[in-house]
Amino acid sequence: MENIILFAPLVGSLLCGFGWKFIGESAAMWVATGLLFLSAALSWVVFLTFDGVTEHIQILRWIESGSLSTDWAIRMDRLTAIMLIVITTVSSLVHLYSFGYMAHDPQWHEGESYKPRFFAYLSFFTFAMLMLVTSDNLVQMFFGWEGVGVASYLLIGFYYRKPSANAAAIKAFVVNRVGDFGFALGIFGLFYLTDSIRFDDVFAAAPQLAETQIAFLWSEWNAANLIAFLLFVGAMGKSAQLFLHTWLPDAMEGPTPVSALIHAATMVTAGVFLVCRMSPLMEFAPEAMMFVTFLGATTAFFAATVGLVQTDIKRVIAYSTCSQLGYMFVAAGVGMYSAAMFHLLTHAFFKAMLFLGAGSVIHAMHHEQDMTNYGGLRKKIPYTFAAMMIGTLAITGVGIPLTHYGFAGFLSKDAIIESAFAGGTAYAFWLLVAAAAMTSFYSWRLIFLTFYGAPRGDQHTHDHAHESPMTMLVPLGVLSLGAIFSGMLWYSSFFGHADQVGKFYGIPYAEAAAHGDGHADDHGDDHATDSHAKDDHGADGGKGKDKHHYVFTGQPGEGALYFAPDNHVLDDAHNVPNWVKVSPFIAMLAGFVMALWFYIWNPSLPARLAANQRPLYLFLLNKWYFDEIYDALFVNPAKKLGRFLWKRGDGDVIDGGLNGVAMGIIPFFTKLAGRAQSGYIFTYAFAMVIGIAVLVTWMTLSGGAH
Amino acid sequence: MISADLTIILPETLLAGFALLALLWAVYSSKDKAASAMVWLTSAVFVALAGWIASTGGGTQVAFGGMFVDDGFARFAKVAILLSAAVVLAMSEGYMSARGLLRFEYPVLVALSAVGMMMMVSAGDLMALYMGLELQSLALYVVASLRRDSVKSTEAGLKYFVLGALSSGLLLYGASLVYGYAGTTLFSGIIQTAQSGHVSIGLLFGIVFLISGLAFKVSAVPFHMWTPDVYEGSPTPVTAFFATAPKVAAMALFARVLHDAFGAAISDWSQIVALLSVLSMFLGAVAAIGQSNIKRLMAFSSIAHMGYALMGLAAGTVFGVQAMLIYMAIYVTMNVGTFAFILMMEKDGQPVADISALHMYAKREPGRALAMLILLFSLSGVPPMLGFFGKFYVLRAAYDAGLAWLAVAGVVASVIGAFYYLRIVYFMYFGDDNTDGLDGGKSPVLWGVLALSAAIMVLGIGNMFGVEAAAALAAASLVN
Amino acid sequence: MSVFAFYLFAICVIVGGLFTVISRNPVHSVLWLILAFLSSAGLFVLLGAEFVAMLLVIVYVGAVAVLFLFVVMMLDVDFAELKAEMAKYMPLALLIGLVILMQFVMVFGAWDASHEAAGLRAQVTPLDRHNTEALGLILYDDYFLLFQLAGLILLVAMIGAIVLTLRHRGDVKRQDVVAQMMRDPKTAMELKDIKPGQGL
Repeated sequence: MENIILFAPLVGSLLCGFGWKFIGESAAMWVATGLLFLSAALSWVVFLTFDGVTEHIQILRWIESGSLSTDWAIRMDRLTAIMLIVITTVSSLVHLYSFGYMAHDPQWHEGESYKPRFFAYLSFFTFAMLMLVTSDNLVQMFFGWEGVGVASYLLIGFYYRKPSANAAAIKAFVVNRVGDFGFALGIFGLFYLTDSIRFDDVFAAAPQLAETQIAFLWSEWNAANLIAFLLFVGAMGKSAQLFLHTWLPDAMEGPTPVSALIHAATMVTAGVFLVCRMSPLMEFAPEAMMFVTFLGATTAFFAATVGLVQTDIKRVIAYSTCSQLGYMFVAAGVGMYSAAMFHLLTHAFFKAMLFLGAGSVIHAMHHEQDMTNYGGLRKKIPYTFAAMMIGTLAITGVGIPLTHYGFAGFLSKDAIIESAFAGGTAYAFWLLVAAAAMTSFYSWRLIFLTFYGAPRGDQHTHDHAHESPMTMLVPLGVLSLGAIFSGMLWYSSFFGHADQVGKFYGIPYAEAAAHGDGHADDHGDDHATDSHAKDDHGADGGKGKDKHHYVFTGQPGEGALYFAPDNHVLDDAHNVPNWVKVSPFIAMLAGFVMALWFYIWNPSLPARLAANQRPLYLFLLNKWYFDEIYDALFVNPAKKLGRFLWKRGDGDVIDGGLNGVAMGIIPFFTKLAGRAQSGYIFTYAFAMVIGIAVLVTWMTLSGGAH
Repeated sequence: MISADLTIILPETLLAGFALLALLWAVYSSKDKAASAMVWLTSAVFVALAGWIASTGGGTQVAFGGMFVDDGFARFAKVAILLSAAVVLAMSEGYMSARGLLRFEYPVLVALSAVGMMMMVSAGDLMALYMGLELQSLALYVVASLRRDSVKSTEAGLKYFVLGALSSGLLLYGASLVYGYAGTTLFSGIIQTAQSGHVSIGLLFGIVFLISGLAFKVSAVPFHMWTPDVYEGSPTPVTAFFATAPKVAAMALFARVLHDAFGAAISDWSQIVALLSVLSMFLGAVAAIGQSNIKRLMAFSSIAHMGYALMGLAAGTVFGVQAMLIYMAIYVTMNVGTFAFILMMEKDGQPVADISALHMYAKREPGRALAMLILLFSLSGVPPMLGFFGKFYVLRAAYDAGLAWLAVAGVVASVIGAFYYLRIVYFMYFGDDNTDGLDGGKSPVLWGVLALSAAIMVLGIGNMFGVEAAAALAAASLVN
Repeated sequence: MSVFAFYLFAICVIVGGLFTVISRNPVHSVLWLILAFLSSAGLFVLLGAEFVAMLLVIVYVGAVAVLFLFVVMMLDVDFAELKAEMAKYMPLALLIGLVILMQFVMVFGAWDASHEAAGLRAQVTPLDRHNTEALGLILYDDYFLLFQLAGLILLVAMIGAIVLTLRHRGDVKRQDVVAQMMRDPKTAMELKDIKPGQGL
């Protein structure tokens, strides 16, 4: 079954990409879509019936070279199962959605065929992404990792007639190479140290790595920290974390379904997945984890600030994605991998929906993307409005405080913020809360600018705004279900008690009583204050279980995640003070009220504020000048160097040299050889005699000398 | 004793007997009318003998007091010789009968020259070597000028003959020097005397002259001058024959003499062979660039290829010999296919040899152009094709033997050489469309050979159809 | 005495060979060649190989050289022109020749046969046999294979000569023995009874 899930998209891609001329355009598209729906259905079956025990499903022997021996295999555990449903569900819905969205693309002339290509790319991307998440070893993962990179490149540059799309595609590719370099170094390092790239072997070797020193770049490092850091550099690139984030907003040049699939729900979360997958290693790399937390929090904050002032609807959502990914990294960084995965899951639903909703708006507005030209659309496109509303409620985290009832984002984001507090990093906690407020602000700003107020911009476009077809609305509907319920449904599995989480992920756990008494006392104090929090788990957990206190006891590599014995963040997160638990909600309310004030009650305020605080406004509008700094620091010097090497090095030295040899010296010898071929026998005989003389002389001078 | 000897030499005896009977039968019956049938029959006999030799057991047997050696090496070479000769014969039938060149003596002469080649690769004595060589060469001189009404063909035969005589003189002079040193013409005796005593300069001179004579046969620079003229002047099927079986035989003989007779002086002859190799590779590559006649071009191409094969020999190791054998096997396969293509190049029934006639050939004959493209890529050593692996083997052999400079030179020469192969590809796929194209050449045999050869170049990547292992066995039986 | 004879013959061979190459008149060249052949026959006699010496005289002088003479006389080749072309290379050729000569002087100056060579070498004149008998033994026993091969080589030479020169011309009447024998008066002749004074 796993094989079918994995290969159905590949088959669909090949059939659609190469076979559409034979079976027709729409048949090809339906084949690809149908196979993905099959894959999605099977994924849900796998997810729901999965018992938490890690399985290895071998597909074929892959690489045999020296001590490097690798299978191509599926590693089936809870982490994989979660990713499977996320990827295949969103992908199949995006496929369906694309039928409507790509129907009449103004980028293409009448009669040009671009749709099968688009679907083939989408399916190919899905296959590569599945390869990534099902991999059983790092090389296979790297294969998928690069595969999604290629697919992303192809899809961002899908409108290849637009120079900006090509530039964005190249940018995405190049920036990702920086991250991939780190990732590759990490893999090399692991192979160097453990002589294996299989996850099982690597995980088992993690404790030793923590005690190994390795020389790298002129100094000694702790091996676990170094490798965790290198792997995280890879994750930074893929997941658009600060310093390597610049490609993500530009990637919005691609068609909107692509943004929904690749740049919101799946590919960009690969970094988070990588960190969670490598949790047995990460747990032994405290410094690297600190860095992950720090960078994640900073990204969350930074991206949120930039999102405040963007006017392109897709860019707003893109920065929002960047910011939410920062949340996930914070969760992973403080050791709450399950919370990271939780947010990954819920985020996939509501962010995909926001993108698809935005796509629906763009579709309705004839590919107008600037929000300042929207306004008052809620009557014209009511279903889209409803979907966007649900998405916004989900991303801003609307729910009932101190309970577990709320939209998906409410539960998962709060889980992360609580974990951040419990993880003891005030820096991350406060940045995340601030980011939550800003998230609320820009999300509502988007809603208000788009759907409320008076229509702005081209009157003609507004007159012809129309609701999208059913193929686009159905995916929105399905995703809204996920945006509303996924949080409540799986809260306890992802962020419940240790036994629930342990069972879900297949991590061995035991009662704390059996586990030393030193810290059992610490928790004893908390029991009283925490009792109401426990009650809140009522939806799933039986009352009886609350009396017990469980801890994870797995070894590295057992189960899908690994929590070190000294990792108490899960417990601590449940026991944080109430003001912490409420803080994100208050931040959300604050952001909402601000947005209301700015864009409904007093619409002239934003412009005045921007004029008053011009430097700050420009700073944010220009995304903290990252692109400009990079241009000055890297891009332009690289271009100059490249131009120098091209013109002088390649053009003059190499081409000149080669051309000199190829067009000057060799033809000279050719002519000489041609002249020697006189046709006279005596010339030929003479040549032979000369040859003899040369050989004999050579022999006497060298061989006969001894 | 004599009957045991005759058993060992049975394949050669049978082939010679077949040639004599065929000659008698043709003379006393229908003469040239039977020529077609005789060509096919001879070809079939070649294949049957090749199959027989390939299937007979291993081990080394010696006959006639050491003059004739039947070992794995000889069998490998014989199978290659017979098979390539069979294919070339089969290819030539249509071409030659269409041009009134098909005479019953042609298959007989080819069969006799094949006997000579088989004697060469099995030679265990300088005299046997010379006899085999002359038997082979004499038959070749005759078939070179088979188109006796053509000045070029006659000229080709005559040049080949005169220069061949000169090279025989060199060879005999070398042989006499060697005899003067060793007191025997048996390889086994020569190597013993050289091993026990010190290698004198007289012996070294003998080796040099012997090498020169043999270098003429494999057309290594600077003993190559006859090659372009003879290739160009001879009827194309004869050229195809020249480029294949005799080259294998001469190369195998080269290896046998150097290892069996002069195995004690490897370091001495190795540098001579290396020098020949590097000269051949470069001259072949450089001179071919100036050619517009595809037959002359193939002549220089084969000079360059012999340079690579000699590189394997220059290594002086078991692996070197194996690499050389693999290279020759691949070379022969490529050349057979290429010549099948050249034989199909005709216009209004007349053969065309100018490569400019190939402009935009791919448009008219996409299948053939593709097959030729594969062969040309393979000839130039573009990686996925088999030709690359041949080069790779010899380069590795040279490198392993400490001749890194030779390997580097080989790579450089192959880069230069790629130009003229790829130029043909360029003509076929991107040339001007305004020249009159070729027509005709509908022979299914030629097309089949071409397609098969191209297919082998692609499909053989896996295990080379077992040639690699066979060559390893053969090399091990030669060098010990 | 024999030493004197050896040097005489040897010098004759060398001089003969040299003048074969350098003489301007091709007929003279052939005559010089005959001198070389005869002298080498003399050398064989000195070695005790009378049979080979006689063969040399009969075959090479009697047949080959005479054939050469015919060919040279019948062909109209302007050797002078060829020589003029060759003369351009003369300085270089002389240099090369000098180099090779010096090499050989070096080789023969330092000539050194292997220790076993003397023992392995066949005796020129078997003590207990006639020349012909010894030759026969070698040809049909030791060198049986080579002898047969030599036969094949000659056969090839013969075939080659025929292939390259024999022409069946359609416009020439040739004798057909079988057709002649199969003729009979009935088919070959027609009897006409001619009445006197009438004519046909």
